[in-house]
Amino acid sequence: MMDYATQKLSEEKVFKDPVHRYIHVKDQVIWDLIATREFQRLRRIHQLGTTYLVFHGAEHSRFNHSLGVYEIVRRIIDDSFSGRSQWNDSERLVTLCAALLHDLGHGPFSHAFEKVFDLDHELFTQKILLGDTEVNAVLRRVSEEFPQKVADVIGKTYPDKLVVSLISSQIDADRMDYLQRDAYFTGVSYGHFDMERILRVMRPSEEQAVIKQSGMHAVEDYIMSRYQMYWQVYFHPVSRSAEVILVKILQRAKVLSEEGYTFKQEPVHFKSFFDKTYDLTDYIALDEYILMTYFETWIREDDEILSDLCDRFVNRRLFQYIDFNPAKEYRKLGELDTLFRKAGIDPEYYLVVDSSSDLPYDFYRPGEEEERLPIHLLMRDGELRELSRESDIVDAISGKRRTDHKLYFPEDMLREGKKKKVLRQQILSILNT
Amino acid sequence: MLQEHAKVVQFISLADGVTGRKKLQKMIYIAKKMDFPFQEKYELHIYGPYSEELTLRIEELCEMGFLAENCEDKGSYVQYSYRVTGEGRDFIGDAGDVPDTLGVCIGRMKEKSSRFLELVSTLLYFDYLPRDEQIAKVHIVKNKLNYTDAEMDEAFAFIGELSSCIRQ
Repeated sequence: MMDYATQKLSEEKVFKDPVHRYIHVKDQVIWDLIATREFQRLRRIHQLGTTYLVFHGAEHSRFNHSLGVYEIVRRIIDDSFSGRSQWNDSERLVTLCAALLHDLGHGPFSHAFEKVFDLDHELFTQKILLGDTEVNAVLRRVSEEFPQKVADVIGKTYPDKLVVSLISSQIDADRMDYLQRDAYFTGVSYGHFDMERILRVMRPSEEQAVIKQSGMHAVEDYIMSRYQMYWQVYFHPVSRSAEVILVKILQRAKVLSEEGYTFKQEPVHFKSFFDKTYDLTDYIALDEYILMTYFETWIREDDEILSDLCDRFVNRRLFQYIDFNPAKEYRKLGELDTLFRKAGIDPEYYLVVDSSSDLPYDFYRPGEEEERLPIHLLMRDGELRELSRESDIVDAISGKRRTDHKLYFPEDMLREGKKKKVLRQQILSILNT
Repeated sequence: MLQEHAKVVQFISLADGVTGRKKLQKMIYIAKKMDFPFQEKYELHIYGPYSEELTLRIEELCEMGFLAENCEDKGSYVQYSYRVTGEGRDFIGDAGDVPDTLGVCIGRMKEKSSRFLELVSTLLYFDYLPRDEQIAKVHIVKNKLNYTDAEMDEAFAFIGELSSCIRQ
């Protein structure tokens, strides 16, 4: 029983990977976890949700990303930390498992799905680790307590904070993988940084992984890459349009179900989410293939709103958008809301404000009220210095939030609608389109 | 439209202003855990449950002129306080009524220190666990704050007090 934790494969297995070249697997536990149905499910969940509707290459899945995070953590442990006094090698397996499994609880189109049904993917990751699942069975072969240990790392309650920091901090394996992977698959030129260098200069310390002072410029590059990726890719206004529609589809289906509407294609997979009686089996049964099947069939529903929204999502007839300043224009929003109702267009589904906001890097100095653990540089004399105190570039963007608000609406519906044309024209002129 | 913004303004209005970003974060989290309908998503951060969405919403409300933010240099740190402006009061004029119990809960929370509310909110974050495991989790994630057994007892009593106040 105990041997399973250290059992190695007779030959190392490798996965060819476009970002890290090869992903190396030597541990039997890791190999067995990859083969579980819960991990294989991640192949059916896009890493970037609706972004593929803008950047057509962004078809990569959470499966790819999870393997990538595992590989980065493996390199940190085996190549940078191993043999150093502040790294406890008995934490190796739990760290690798947490890296591999950290996204296990993501649902289909995770962001939208969680928003509508008030779910938390991190909690579901823990439930999958601890519940009656194939993943749990593999982890329990290591020891009875092992699934809980992995869950604690993911829940950030594991006693060894260094282990947690490798998976979740401002410079963790998760971010290092997704920035590079998302850049590769979207085809953008941002998102690239010298990860090899960062890994070479990463050192274990009591609370978190720290970076040798000589690696500061590589970290600056990483922070700037993240900043650019957020605004060029993650908050792209067109993929947000698709996401807005996705949220509205799920909300509409929920409302119809509550009102007793008879669906041609009953939302069997969603029922327990509508009435909040879902369990782990219901959750694991969902993936993006299933959602897309519903959306395609719901195009033929009698309910005009559900049918229209599904058609928009499946056939990429997205909402138009304008910049919106809530501080100056909130009254305009009220006016539009009234006009939409008069024009027979339900603003609940067709007039949506969406806000995106990012903090590229946040620092924390004892006594202040900020909430993030900063990146620390390990100086030559052994002292730890917070990154923004040493780097002018990072200091320039530290703690500075950038926010973007957009107002989404169906321009085609306003232009082509045959009824109440004057009213529709009035709306269009307010929207300035 | 902007209902979630209105709820935050109503909250701060009922509190007659809140001092401390951390305190405001924890008060709204605790209210959410008491089933008041706040939609902001929370995650576990250094000081316990923290919502990036709430931070963004408060910044927006300040930009909109519905909240006024005051910044006070306390020497080793900066403390922020928030109050509702005249425009903010107009903004929530049309928003729906809030249950009386919310005002009572807010009043009780406001009397407490942010350290105590940090403890209460972190215990509530782990409220799916039995009491001894909740306490163990708090000791792991807040190992430097050295919460005493008496503080733990007081926090659980406070959670019970809020819950019974809502049931009335």
